[in-house]
Amino acid sequence: MFEIFHFKRDIPFMSYGKLTTTISLVTFLLSVFFLITRPLNFSIEFTGGTVMEVRYPQAANFELVRTSIEKLELGGKKRDIIVQPLGTARDVLIRLPNVEGTSSAKISDQAFNALLVANNDTQECKQLRSDVSAKTDEVKHKALEDKCLVQRKVEFVGPSVGAELVEHGLLALLLVCVGIIIYLAIRFEWRFALSAILANMHDVVIILGFFAFFQWEFSLTVLAAVLAVLGYSVNESVVVFDRIRENFRKGSMRGRTVSEIIDNAITTTMSRTIITHGSTEMMVLAMLFLGGPSLHYFALALTIGILFGIYSSVLVASPLLLLFGVTRENMIPTVKAKEEAVP
Amino acid sequence: MNRYPIWKYLVIVVCLVVASIFTLPNFFGESPAVQVSGARSTINVDQAVMAKVEQALAAQKIQTAGLLLENNSLKVRFKDTEVQLHAKSVIQEALGENYSVALNLLSDSPAWMSKLGAHPMFLGLDLRGGVHFLLEVDMKAAMDKAFERTAGDIRRELKDKKVRYGSVRRNGQTLEVQLRDAETLLAAKRAIEKTFTSLKVDERRGDNDYKLVITLNPEEIRRIQGDAVKQNISTLHNRVNELGVSEPTIQQQGAERIVVELPGVQDTTKAKDIIGRTATLEVRLVEDDQGKLQEALAGNVPAGYELLEEAEERGRGNKILVKKEVELTGENISDAQAGFDDHNSPAVHIRLDSNGASIFRQVTHDNIGRRMAMILVEKGKGQVVTAPVIRGEIGGGQVQISGAMTTADAKDVALLLRAGALAAPMNIIEERTVGPSLGKENIEKGFHSTMYGFAAIAVFMVIYYRVFGLISTFALASNLVFLVSLLSMLQATLTLPGIAAIALTLGMAIDSNVLINERIREEIRNGMSPQAAIKGGYDHAWATILDSNITTLIAGLALLIFGSGAVRGFAVVHCLGILTSMFSAVFVSRGVVNLVYGYRRRVQTLAV
Repeated sequence: MFEIFHFKRDIPFMSYGKLTTTISLVTFLLSVFFLITRPLNFSIEFTGGTVMEVRYPQAANFELVRTSIEKLELGGKKRDIIVQPLGTARDVLIRLPNVEGTSSAKISDQAFNALLVANNDTQECKQLRSDVSAKTDEVKHKALEDKCLVQRKVEFVGPSVGAELVEHGLLALLLVCVGIIIYLAIRFEWRFALSAILANMHDVVIILGFFAFFQWEFSLTVLAAVLAVLGYSVNESVVVFDRIRENFRKGSMRGRTVSEIIDNAITTTMSRTIITHGSTEMMVLAMLFLGGPSLHYFALALTIGILFGIYSSVLVASPLLLLFGVTRENMIPTVKAKEEAVP
Repeated sequence: MNRYPIWKYLVIVVCLVVASIFTLPNFFGESPAVQVSGARSTINVDQAVMAKVEQALAAQKIQTAGLLLENNSLKVRFKDTEVQLHAKSVIQEALGENYSVALNLLSDSPAWMSKLGAHPMFLGLDLRGGVHFLLEVDMKAAMDKAFERTAGDIRRELKDKKVRYGSVRRNGQTLEVQLRDAETLLAAKRAIEKTFTSLKVDERRGDNDYKLVITLNPEEIRRIQGDAVKQNISTLHNRVNELGVSEPTIQQQGAERIVVELPGVQDTTKAKDIIGRTATLEVRLVEDDQGKLQEALAGNVPAGYELLEEAEERGRGNKILVKKEVELTGENISDAQAGFDDHNSPAVHIRLDSNGASIFRQVTHDNIGRRMAMILVEKGKGQVVTAPVIRGEIGGGQVQISGAMTTADAKDVALLLRAGALAAPMNIIEERTVGPSLGKENIEKGFHSTMYGFAAIAVFMVIYYRVFGLISTFALASNLVFLVSLLSMLQATLTLPGIAAIALTLGMAIDSNVLINERIREEIRNGMSPQAAIKGGYDHAWATILDSNITTLIAGLALLIFGSGAVRGFAVVHCLGILTSMFSAVFVSRGVVNLVYGYRRRVQTLAV
């Protein structure tokens, strides 16, 4: 049997309980601190605005891009205009804020025209562009992309949509929490439900803390990643809890204390924990490195979530369980019921 | 103990075969095609049309790669895009204006697959390129319009019933009808209540002040708003058909929003222009009284009148005073075509429906010698296209407008009038354009990351768990096939977040097999026999797998309920993936394990 993780003796995880809960508390508070001092860098899906991706035939001159767009005086604050590279030196991402009154989707057209002028658009490119817009032609399209400045993606989001998204995101988060608490409370016991959700909300806050600290862009797909991670790490806690319950019921574990039982449960599931997370992480890393800019932050959020997920389900959820005072009797209600039934 | 009854193996085999068949069409790619459909729902596309198209193409020596007639539309396949473009113009010319001819992409999967109902997944705009709009209907404008229409109806009704009234005026969310005395008040009330049952009519009597206050009841308001969205959707359908886009999506989202997705469209400016325009035609009478006109020009427009600009020809923009009352609107137009008038200048020929024709005859009959203004209303602003003098009664419902317009203008106006007017203006509140090359890149990147991630997991599993690792990998692969086939069966739209969800689901699904394999190892360590270890491993792991998958599913469902757009695509795949993973990781993998180990007499060791 080829094994990487085989533990002869149970590791006394619970005796580190104080230390790990302190670490968690500190990281949690730090995350909250960052979230307050450096608000999340929400994508335009939330804030509204225009994002365009353009590709230059040569390496882009970012200063020129910025000045030619600022010259348009589209309104709004200059610092809200973002010009940044996107993967390669030829790809540029431009983000423009929504300006009151001119919420029209025409901003992107204006900006692109300004860029064309600044890039000394050739007659040939103009011809190609009008040919391609009239009808799909792959050969000409290829020529256009190789030789000229092209607009690869435009997104415009009006101001009214964003607020709704934030509201829906929070509602989804609430629904996940309530749903999981109810399920775990039925399947296990309320102490399990509460410690699982606390441990995993702490993961969510830490992911958000990372996004706030590094000012990574928080988009809808990142939100999806965060919620998926929430479900995924709860599942991690559930595996450990399942083992704890089983241990409580096992005859051979009769004489052990609660913390010994938890230690044993964590140790026996450790190998599975690391292999499973390793496998999921392999997939996520493939997305991080090969998925391109659209999946970058999605994969990043998952990576942080998976790493902290392992940590929190093992070293936060279980100490919390101990803290809430779980006992053998909590887990074996059937015996108790029988005792009550017989006078 | 580790043997399945025959039917369980059969279930596995049948599921795998069916899933493979439904997965396959996704790998065949697409070829350029031209789609022919009726410009109106009454026009049939049948064998006769097909023969006509074949003939026309043969005459031009254009080779087709197959014709397909289904669902009242004809699809013709071509070798490459160049032939496709040429063929499109040939077909359009052969069939004329009654048919809409659009460029399309057809799946290259064999015919027997399509016959079985196995079609590839739709690709979202982020994967194939195109435009996405989210439009919000301006409900305030829709209500304004409804009040205007109701006021007009009431005026006409009172005139018909010969009830003398002072004025019908809008006041906030009510209409007020000013009347002379108590007698007319009663008569008016009775007339209005009898004809318009959805209106609530209240009397207001003061000193010498007789008024009817009319309000719309809440159901009526809801109906008006609902109708506004519905009418806008059908108008958008007409306009998009005129643009010749294949497989557009136009759907209502929420109470007052409309999603429009046009795959393959590159020219967003044109698309935006056509979609967003609210042009409609209004026919109103002109006031030629010079005194009133002078007064209006001085900035003091008399009540009940409006000062509009005449479309300028050679730079002189005349002002014309017209009555606010609308005699006829674009709603009564049954057809509009661009053409030329007697002086050979561009014109739009309009045919009115029977109702419109009779109104028009009445109006021209009553107002001989006066001028009538044809007003093109766009974005709430009217512009007089032409204001001819009525020489005599005009029957038959044929109207022609010409004035200061170019041929292109005439074409656009005809299109907009033909496609119908928007019930209320709309604002674009979200727009997304993705170029086709970016879409291709996204597919490639998504596909590659899934493939390499899968390969990494497979290699690791085989090294670590040997035979059981191989079986786990097989289970994971079958999970992928199940998931993709399910998405194809549902004809779901695949987006980049959807591909990410497939990858992530695979990464998470391996958990079940790891749980099982670890459990089997543990049972062996505890001294169980190999056969007992397999059974114990699967039985013990099942409860855990169920619990952990349900918690993940709860998160997925929450995303599905509250997510929109990108998140929803992710959530659908994620939820389905959790379900298929339970089936493949437990049922399918157990079946294979049973086949490998269950029928051996003596199993000394397990390769786990």
